[in-house]
Amino acid sequence: MADKVLEIRDLRVTFHTPLGPLTAVRGVDLDVHAGEMTAVVGESGSGKSVSFLAAMGLLPKSATVEGSVVLNGEQLVGASPKKMRSVRGRLMSMIFQDPLSALNPVHKIGSQIAEMLRAHQSMSEKAALSRAVDLLEIVGIPQPGDRALQYPHEFSGGMRQRVVIAMAIANSPKLLIADEPTTALDVTVQAQILEVIQRVQAQFGTAVVLITHDLGVVARVCERVNVMYAGRVVEKANIMNVFEHPTHPYTKGLLASLPQAGVDRLVPINGFPPNMLQPPSGCAFRPRCEHATDACAATLPDLRPVGDSMSACIRANELTVKS
Amino acid sequence: MTLLRVEGLVKEFHMKPPRGSRRQKRVVQAVSGVSFEVARGETLGLVGESGSGKTTVGRCVLRLIEPTAGTVEFAGKNLAEVDFEEMRALRRKMQIVFQDPYASLDPKMTVGASIAEPLVVQGIDGNHEQKVVELLELVGLSADHAHRFPHEFSGGQRQRIGVARALALDPELIILDEPVSALDVSIQAGVVNLFGDLQKRLGMSYVFIAHDLSVVRHIADRVAVMYLGKIMEIGDAETVYEKPTHPYTKALLSAVPLPNPRVERSRTRIMLEGDVPSPVNPPTGCRFRTRCWKATDLCAMQEPPLQIRAGGQMSACHHPEA
Repeated sequence: MADKVLEIRDLRVTFHTPLGPLTAVRGVDLDVHAGEMTAVVGESGSGKSVSFLAAMGLLPKSATVEGSVVLNGEQLVGASPKKMRSVRGRLMSMIFQDPLSALNPVHKIGSQIAEMLRAHQSMSEKAALSRAVDLLEIVGIPQPGDRALQYPHEFSGGMRQRVVIAMAIANSPKLLIADEPTTALDVTVQAQILEVIQRVQAQFGTAVVLITHDLGVVARVCERVNVMYAGRVVEKANIMNVFEHPTHPYTKGLLASLPQAGVDRLVPINGFPPNMLQPPSGCAFRPRCEHATDACAATLPDLRPVGDSMSACIRANELTVKS
Repeated sequence: MTLLRVEGLVKEFHMKPPRGSRRQKRVVQAVSGVSFEVARGETLGLVGESGSGKTTVGRCVLRLIEPTAGTVEFAGKNLAEVDFEEMRALRRKMQIVFQDPYASLDPKMTVGASIAEPLVVQGIDGNHEQKVVELLELVGLSADHAHRFPHEFSGGQRQRIGVARALALDPELIILDEPVSALDVSIQAGVVNLFGDLQKRLGMSYVFIAHDLSVVRHIADRVAVMYLGKIMEIGDAETVYEKPTHPYTKALLSAVPLPNPRVERSRTRIMLEGDVPSPVNPPTGCRFRTRCWKATDLCAMQEPPLQIRAGGQMSACHHPEA
């Protein structure tokens, strides 16, 4: 197995809200291996973005982060702001759904990328600007030399996302975290951006974490999948196993609810996600699960091996045998 | 039997230049000559990327915005010719459900009051409370939900409330404008099923506007693919999805990621270059030609008309796929 770039252990994130403490991430264990494309899938509120914002040290000070996040051998939970500044953009970068909010509207694209380079490497401004043009070319922006002199508003949504990717990979980080990078884009442009991310991964050997709710995107580009529900990873498996032999009832439910050719009637998951201010005891999926028993309410299930996958369901083994 | 007939629909938006700017006034033609029909009890899917004009078509049909040109005929009546009072009466028969159920519900009104509002506005007598309970149950909610406020509901439930309100006046046509785009997939499935069940029971027609091609395939009988204000291909949904004849339809379908890794990794994808051009200054001739791998000089000079193809669907292309 390839080297681990990122190792998250028992990560917990609590926000202190007027209605009381809200634990959005409740003990996440997750590994990212070098050069791999790892998916983190889950619906809104599952804690997928918050887990990685915590890893990046991007949460507000009011949030409590506990557990362990080890990047390239260095512990990041509790690291000083100075240390985090040196890690972000150099060892690990993150891109978001809305690229416009990540770009400064009053600076030229080229100098924004150059700034990113000069923040972490000693480089002359001229060298940084010329490297910025190379980076724009790598992410597939036509006429990169001219485009580097333009402002963010002169770029389309897809082109802006390319610019942000160029910026994220400027210092050849070990890890790129892409949080719903194509959700705001049209499907033909989404295909282009996914291709850019794949190309960058292959060219730089960057490990990529793709946070998404779109299982189609996962099926296209990822090798490993972590399925999150209510602040925990409930299933961890390689791509084929997740789609062909899902072990957790939530994963099964998610796949059954997708519209696919030849399916006459969709099968929704009953109920809705729990209120994280008062999560149910034991397994959080229990109130929506048709296989739930009394035992499911008693303990919070940990990930355990089921076949080649890991599943956080106490009945996963017997349910897998049955189906 | 045809319920809705749209003929040569055009909608232009006039954009004023920013104050103090020397820029010329610009005209955006969001919809440029769109024609289609919807039969009673049928679902027409209207798909396209952002800027294709699909939402504008929906709003013109209901006269929420006035079309620039073209006719919209509903149940044999030309909506451009009816007066205010008659339009108001016709509105009972045509309703709309929006994408964001939170924005379309008044946060200070109970759900019951919101659902009963169309009945009040249209001056319909009778027991509104009873009707509200019936509607809530019809969409899978319960009677005691009537006294609660929108913030007490989840996204999927709110969308059901929006549907209940649209059903209050027993419409014959409902425009569904991205009705499940804001919902998580596990919740979306239930709402999509609801639309199907309601149609089976009540027999209304739908115009289902969405960018999610998988959902449209699931729900639509016929589908129209739009690009930059024009219909590129229209026909029976299965035929269009299985045997697309317009290069754009083909590219669009190949770009949709399918949740099946084996299929996803083995199929060939048509990668379109660039972005959708600006509707302010659309390409001459065929609007898709700037991104089309089959484009020739003819495509730039002459706009291809919609023509019937072997599968029975219509497409607007000089070099259709076999």
